[in-house]
Amino acid sequence: MAKNELEQSSRRKFLKKFGMGVGVLSIAGVAGASVLNSKTGKTSSGKRIKLLTADGKLVEANADDLTEVTLSTDTLKEEARKGLTGRKFVMVIDLAKCKNARKCVEACQEGHMLPKSHEWIRLYLLQDDKETSRYWFPRPCFHCDKPMCVSVCPVGATYKRHDGIVLVDNQRCIGCKFCMTGCPYSARVFNWKDPEVKMPEGHQYDPELNIPPVEGTVGKCIFCADRVRKNEIPRCAAACPMGVIYFGDIYEDTVTNGVETLRLSKLMTDRGGFRYREDLGTLPSVFYLPPTQRMFPVERGLENPDSTIKERYKNAGPR
Amino acid sequence: MQADNKLLKDLTPEIEGTKASWYITFSIFFIIFVIGIYGLVQQISKGHIVTGMRDNVVWGVYIVNFIFFMGLSYAGAILSGALHLFHTSWRRPIIRLAELITVISLVIGPFFIFFCIGRLDRLYFLFIHPRIQSPITWDVIAICTDLVGCFIFLYLSFIEDFAILRDYKELEVPNWKKKVYSILSLGFTGTEQQRKIIASARTIMATMIIAIAIIVYSVLSWIFGVTLQPGWHSTIFGPYFVISAVFSGTGILIILMWIFRKIYHLENYITLRHFKNVGVLLIVVSAFYGYFTFSDYLTKWYGSVKMDSLLIDKLFSDYYSLFIFANYVGILLPIIIIGLPKFRTIRNITIAAAIALVALWINRYLIVVPTLETPFLPIQDSRAEWVHYSPTWVEWSLTLAGISVFGMLFMLVSKIAPIISISEMQEIDEEELLK
Repeated sequence: MAKNELEQSSRRKFLKKFGMGVGVLSIAGVAGASVLNSKTGKTSSGKRIKLLTADGKLVEANADDLTEVTLSTDTLKEEARKGLTGRKFVMVIDLAKCKNARKCVEACQEGHMLPKSHEWIRLYLLQDDKETSRYWFPRPCFHCDKPMCVSVCPVGATYKRHDGIVLVDNQRCIGCKFCMTGCPYSARVFNWKDPEVKMPEGHQYDPELNIPPVEGTVGKCIFCADRVRKNEIPRCAAACPMGVIYFGDIYEDTVTNGVETLRLSKLMTDRGGFRYREDLGTLPSVFYLPPTQRMFPVERGLENPDSTIKERYKNAGPR
Repeated sequence: MQADNKLLKDLTPEIEGTKASWYITFSIFFIIFVIGIYGLVQQISKGHIVTGMRDNVVWGVYIVNFIFFMGLSYAGAILSGALHLFHTSWRRPIIRLAELITVISLVIGPFFIFFCIGRLDRLYFLFIHPRIQSPITWDVIAICTDLVGCFIFLYLSFIEDFAILRDYKELEVPNWKKKVYSILSLGFTGTEQQRKIIASARTIMATMIIAIAIIVYSVLSWIFGVTLQPGWHSTIFGPYFVISAVFSGTGILIILMWIFRKIYHLENYITLRHFKNVGVLLIVVSAFYGYFTFSDYLTKWYGSVKMDSLLIDKLFSDYYSLFIFANYVGILLPIIIIGLPKFRTIRNITIAAAIALVALWINRYLIVVPTLETPFLPIQDSRAEWVHYSPTWVEWSLTLAGISVFGMLFMLVSKIAPIISISEMQEIDEEELLK
């Protein structure tokens, strides 16, 4: 009995290592392990298959013993708390190129099934002083290294991962909104009513994608953690027609907007990169490039959006 | 246990019989309470969209009420605790009132947090997934401790009274009430040793609840103080909140003294002297409170920090009249009314206390809401309710429900035990003999 349990637990460990590190959801595994839900039936071909584990070992297994699996929500949540090892994600936003095309907002809302009133990335029209010029300022979540929201959360619903991403588990959130008052960047939105999102049958909740939004809980930009796991750049960065948003890894010192890939340190030096309100000491993971030698006049951003959006910027001025 | 016959005759009629006016008042409170429950049902079924809160102002009247009620409670604790410790003999007729304020408002306060929370069904997560870094967790621990402490302190003061009522043969009450007294008096017969135990337990609890009260209200203020928000991020907030709590507690005590004196005919027990003494306390506390308020806003106004200036500009434009009322009228008027001997009548002191209480509620509102309307990044929104917070009927109905529950609980307690402690009053004679 004891031996059997030992076997089970080592098998479980193996499966975990095997499945998670590489970041694929459907992997081959041995049926019966409790972290996995088996999905397909068995065949009886007698074939043996070679498989590469997450830590780089080549192993062989009986094809008959292999079943396609989906991970349980508990496992997904657990993995979503750890993040990707050896990575640290950053975003660079080039203010010189932004013209309020709002494609980032749309892609984000579509990808995360957000109601139109929820903008995880928000476009501000800022002017620092009456003598200085106006500029468009896209604001995702800054994924701070000293996140106030995480400090003040009483139940650990929002947390900071090793790879720098700050996520929200909306199955844990109690909706106290302390994180919203804690965040100095107004990056968080609250589901004031049921968002009424219909999810397909069998949808499993994963904080990395964080759909569907849940009434009475807080949501925010999550750096598209689901896409990052698949080595893709966030939806906003991919959707931007101007290539304003660069995404990358600070350890690799590289950022890309999907068209060009740049050296982060060089970009910072050449363009004078900065972070919004450094004085608050929250150490954001989002850097800005100043709106110098702009590609468009700022007014261009007021031409296309519909009237309710335009109305937002009616009183935009120095502050 | 025997007690002075006159005392019992004066203080027990409210336990023996209930007048029609009591039922009418209670029904009015109950109707308000039911309306509040209806509002709550609306909020739970339709979501928090029925409140005036939106993404910028995420905390509104609920949080204001929460701080307000908690303030009343801790002030009650500090007042009754301090009066007990200093053996102030005039405290005796009003100490029970102060202790009741403490426990009743401490029970009501947290309900406003429940109304504010988006997922009430997950409230127990606070206990099964607590994170000690969060000031909310500090608050949960502190409030639970305080609730237990204050309840024990209150109960200790009740034991002797229950014993007196149990042994008062002429008391015309139904049998179940007699039984309740006999159970709750815990076999107290008034022996020397029993008295000693209760007296020392009360002294210990009085000291403890003063300390706990200071901690709890400081922790509450740090929920605001630890954030980076302009107007909240202030080192003065701990003591400022504690002193404002004492301020509101003194105010509510005066008001309740007036009400119970009137309706339960306690004119012989609660006299002008009590109003004057508590009134003087109110002056002292409001001077301190005014000083804290002034220095907090002065430093923000004088400097050039952009966010502070924006906040002060907002307070002196959109909130001008409220600001003047809360922080000038509400502090100075009570001082003037009670400070000048010729104004010092029971009615005037009560009016001053009422003004102080309303002004303090508005002061709390002005701490919570304008800050949230002044985030670091400007609010750029075409939806008016996202820009400017205005509470809806749901929030007001629950606020009124809170007040009505406060009233109802007081009314119920006054039917079980006298609102003036019999045992405390008896000791006055003993004390005077010793002198």
